[in-house]
Amino acid sequence: MTVTVTAESAAPPTGVLLDFKNTEMTFPNGTVALRGVDLAVRRGEFVSVVGPSGCGKSTLLRIASGLETASDGVTTVNTDHIGYVFQDATLLPWRNVAKNVELLAELDGRTSRAVRAAKAAKAIELVGLKGFEKSLPRQLSGGMRMRVSLARSLTLDPELFLFDEPFGALDEITRERLNDELLRLFVEQGFAGLFITHSVSEAVYLSTKVVVMSGRPGNVVATFDVPFDMPRDPDIRFTPEFGELVGEVSHALREGHR
Amino acid sequence: MAAAEAAGTIASTTTAAPRAASLNSLIRMSWWKVIVVFAALIGLWYLAAKHYADKGLPYLVPYPHDVFHAMFLDAGTRHDLLVSLWRSTEVALTGLALAIVIGVVWAVVMAQAKWVEQSLYPYAVILQCIPILALVPMIGALAGYEFKSRVIVTVMISLFPMVSNTLFGLQATDQGQRELFQLQGARAWTRLVKLQVPAALPNIFVGLRTAAGLSVVGAIVGDQFFQRGTPGLGVLIQVDASRLLGPELYAAILTASLLGVVVFLLFGLLGRLAIGRWYSFR
Repeated sequence: MTVTVTAESAAPPTGVLLDFKNTEMTFPNGTVALRGVDLAVRRGEFVSVVGPSGCGKSTLLRIASGLETASDGVTTVNTDHIGYVFQDATLLPWRNVAKNVELLAELDGRTSRAVRAAKAAKAIELVGLKGFEKSLPRQLSGGMRMRVSLARSLTLDPELFLFDEPFGALDEITRERLNDELLRLFVEQGFAGLFITHSVSEAVYLSTKVVVMSGRPGNVVATFDVPFDMPRDPDIRFTPEFGELVGEVSHALREGHR
Repeated sequence: MAAAEAAGTIASTTTAAPRAASLNSLIRMSWWKVIVVFAALIGLWYLAAKHYADKGLPYLVPYPHDVFHAMFLDAGTRHDLLVSLWRSTEVALTGLALAIVIGVVWAVVMAQAKWVEQSLYPYAVILQCIPILALVPMIGALAGYEFKSRVIVTVMISLFPMVSNTLFGLQATDQGQRELFQLQGARAWTRLVKLQVPAALPNIFVGLRTAAGLSVVGAIVGDQFFQRGTPGLGVLIQVDASRLLGPELYAAILTASLLGVVVFLLFGLLGRLAIGRWYSFR
């Protein structure tokens, strides 16, 4: 049994930033969450993972971030610039937007106060929250809180960005808007993404690659390359090609669920 | 696009000075209901006073206007009341300050590990269960029958709500926020100072408000146990009672009650001022 998690600042020439090889996860209570998962995220890729509830999608992210350790397999992480956005924005309610965005760099202790503030200001501008620096989380809508959460991770200059159903709790309109913002950031900032979602159309719209997982124990049952160019036109969602791909992914999802 | 969404939501939320809003709600409380009940109580008081006056025992329930006179118009009584009030306030606030420090430190230590909590929490409960009266001779023998012993009793009475509320607050920190700190490799101390303590402030202030009310109880009770030195309202109440000074006794009791109410309100207000910006007290 081999379990390794490596973190190196220089990625190998292949550009693989995150690599799961035969990753297994069995929880102490005996639940097998993941079985033999092979999945890689390379530079320039935005990989979405769709799967039924409880298939271990989130566990995969928790292993990648280091919050959990896989019970078997080899997990390789080739960067220490990792951003993460979770289902909940996890903002500190007593800090205003600017101070919340500065938090991660502040905890690192590696950046000076001035650099931190400048980075935060830039990140806030990137997510379109300029003018709300002094607002408190409780004065913001759910969508805006997610933007703050995004901005907070952007201050880490992530090479790899992990998303755990970040827009799941938002209404459809806000969600689509944030999808567009995220695509723009992906193109501009050049990070690679691993995105967990329940929504097949969201996965196809955002990604360069969509991975379908089976129900518990989670396992990769299908992988789809998304052929549409970046940056993407929002109207692509209404083309027959898009609809066809969504249909194929949905079909694979249903097959894997059986 | 983002600004439009943002502007839309910001306008619909009540963002204008939440601090002022919480103060206003306190002021706008429907006071007339309180006043109606107050008038009814005064009426009942007059009836009771009349009853005892007719029986020839006027000092048991003196007339409200006699109490009012003793409390505000009689220079001698007023002086005694103010001096006692000040001494009791001193005891209450000293005891409360100690209870806050001890309580928060105790809770912070317990929040560090489950085994520490399991070793130390039972003692907080035991402290709460000890009949203070049983300890009076011991405290008196060890610390004397003056200020120091009265403060000790105050601390013992007001400590538990500080410990239990602070501990609850420290442990109730959001899991996602904890993991955020963990992912950034934050040390336990950083997590405590930047996450757990601020997140526990609402609970700490609830504990503080309760402890503040109890500190006045402690000061009065401590007075009655330890009567040497410069005793306060508790002793005044006992002396007035033993001399059958009805109006003076009632004035002292009312003063002690007012002290309790004022301290309770003051610390409630303090909580609102400190964290009302981001937290809504019920």
